Amino acid sequence: MNQLAGQRTTAEAMGTIPGIDSVSRQRIEDLLLDYAHTIDDGELASWPEFFVEDGIYQIIPREAFDAGHPLGILLCEGRGMMADRMLALETANIYEPHTYCHILGRPRLRADPAGGYKSRSNFEVIRTMQDGRSELFAIGKYLDRIVFEEGAPLLADRRVILESRRIDILLVMPL
Amino acid sequence: MPDDAKSVLCETEAEAPPGTLSEPFSWPNEGVARVPYRLFSDPEIYELEQQRIFRGSVWNFLCLEIDLPNAGDYKTATIGEIPVVVTRNENGDLHGMINRCAHKGALVCLKERGNAKMLRCVYHTWSYDLQGRLKGIAFRNGLNGKGGMPEDFDPANHRLEPFKVEAYCGIVFGTFSDATPPVEEYLGDTMAGFFKRSLGRPLKLLGMHSQIIHNNWKLYAENSRDSYHATLLHTFYTTFKLNRLDMDGGIILANDKWHHISFAKRHTLDEAAEYKKAEVHSAQYESKLDGSQLLDAWDEFDDGITHIIQSVFPCMAIHFTLNSLAVRFFAPRGVDETELFWIYLGYEDDTEEQIRMRVMQGNLTGTAGLVSLEDGCINEFVQRGTRGSADRNAFMEMGGRDVESSEASRATEVAIRGFWTGYRRIMGFA
Repeated sequence: MNQLAGQRTTAEAMGTIPGIDSVSRQRIEDLLLDYAHTIDDGELASWPEFFVEDGIYQIIPREAFDAGHPLGILLCEGRGMMADRMLALETANIYEPHTYCHILGRPRLRADPAGGYKSRSNFEVIRTMQDGRSELFAIGKYLDRIVFEEGAPLLADRRVILESRRIDILLVMPL
Repeated sequence: MPDDAKSVLCETEAEAPPGTLSEPFSWPNEGVARVPYRLFSDPEIYELEQQRIFRGSVWNFLCLEIDLPNAGDYKTATIGEIPVVVTRNENGDLHGMINRCAHKGALVCLKERGNAKMLRCVYHTWSYDLQGRLKGIAFRNGLNGKGGMPEDFDPANHRLEPFKVEAYCGIVFGTFSDATPPVEEYLGDTMAGFFKRSLGRPLKLLGMHSQIIHNNWKLYAENSRDSYHATLLHTFYTTFKLNRLDMDGGIILANDKWHHISFAKRHTLDEAAEYKKAEVHSAQYESKLDGSQLLDAWDEFDDGITHIIQSVFPCMAIHFTLNSLAVRFFAPRGVDETELFWIYLGYEDDTEEQIRMRVMQGNLTGTAGLVSLEDGCINEFVQRGTRGSADRNAFMEMGGRDVESSEASRATEVAIRGFWTGYRRIMGFA
């Protein structure tokens, strides 16, 4: 068991894990970083572009996810719904201004037998309110399926599994 | 404070419920069209509410009956700030008791939910049956003939403090008062009718989350009864031109005013030819949405009502918007903090397609809800805005000053005045 794990880590470090070459790995890691930085920079209109056209994005508490409940906190199916969300938060929704800072853990990547890659990574998001208060807003893991379209990696499915079922105040920007 | 304001000295009135305030409380002469901001920030009033409301003659939301399907299942909850536990015993009966050991007061059930034959306090292993009766005490007779309880110790005098529970339409309620009438009577005929319309079939839990809102619990009680703000604060519908959603409707108050129903009817449905032709998706909405599947819906009832918010005093609301059904429960967590639970439901016999639509419409509400997320902060804005102004009042005369049902218009604050009518009554702030 340990031996196998050791082999896998070594192979992965060398970029020789079956199905993932080091260039692809690098590009996927860049995608995940760019995703977070785009939100942190407030460029929310660009957020849907990290997904394939019919990509799925869901935020769901761990408790509900583990119980197999279908309804979480937010669900988008396709870039259209994502764009609606971003338009809504810029033009319709009312809330106190705030910013996010994402802290990401290194992704664990595997080739997906169905095509593309699966990724699991931890994150935390610190929210800063306009009065200067910075505090931990969300913590959890991303479970992603990533595919390459025209040589570029994109999210086909991102499940944001929150450790807590309890959100402070409200959630309007994506995680 | 006006000199002629009616002063209520609760401690001197023989008939008033227990509890005192160091500063007497006066309701403005204008009645429930005014609400003193002190009610949202005074810790003594908050404490008094624990006694007079949450331990008083009200039915408190506890959990769903499907949270406790099997004998031995238990679920913890709160009534006001009081920790409680609901159990299902060997006979299938539901029981409610304070989750506080009769010995030293420690929590007995630590996990939010579970299944057990006995409820055992971890501190000194006092154990209780599923009805809360004390069944076992460690070292009751001491060790080696020394120590132990006095001879006159009687376990029958030491049990978990019980309260009455009733399951109604799949919802488990609890009350500390023997004077509380059965749930259906507590709701009244009209409210009970709508309650059954929404919840009167076997339920299925689709998901649950909560949010902390930084305001007194009564501000959310107001907010859920505030039909005036809906299209003004929540501009998602108007921005995306979802003009079929905000049709006129009305407000119905319970006889005792403190519960309400706000409803909207899709009354032009029959006039539109395209709606007559369509079948399953006849409630399709025109909009400027890119992802129009957000509002995929079907006509679930034949009464034309497409939107209901129903409140049940003190801390429960139910919404049924299109096909999105949820119980909202707001739990006081301090004088200026409240936890708002969103418990999303479908029915046991829903098809996969129906569940899919309910799930998708779940985007409209909740802590990230397209038409509800503002409520996460708006009540806090009131809490903050009224700091240092305990002697000032909110002004609420939209729709008049009366407290009567308004079946033709929702541009009214009558349901909020209804809440305060009930609140004054039960608090003894007459």
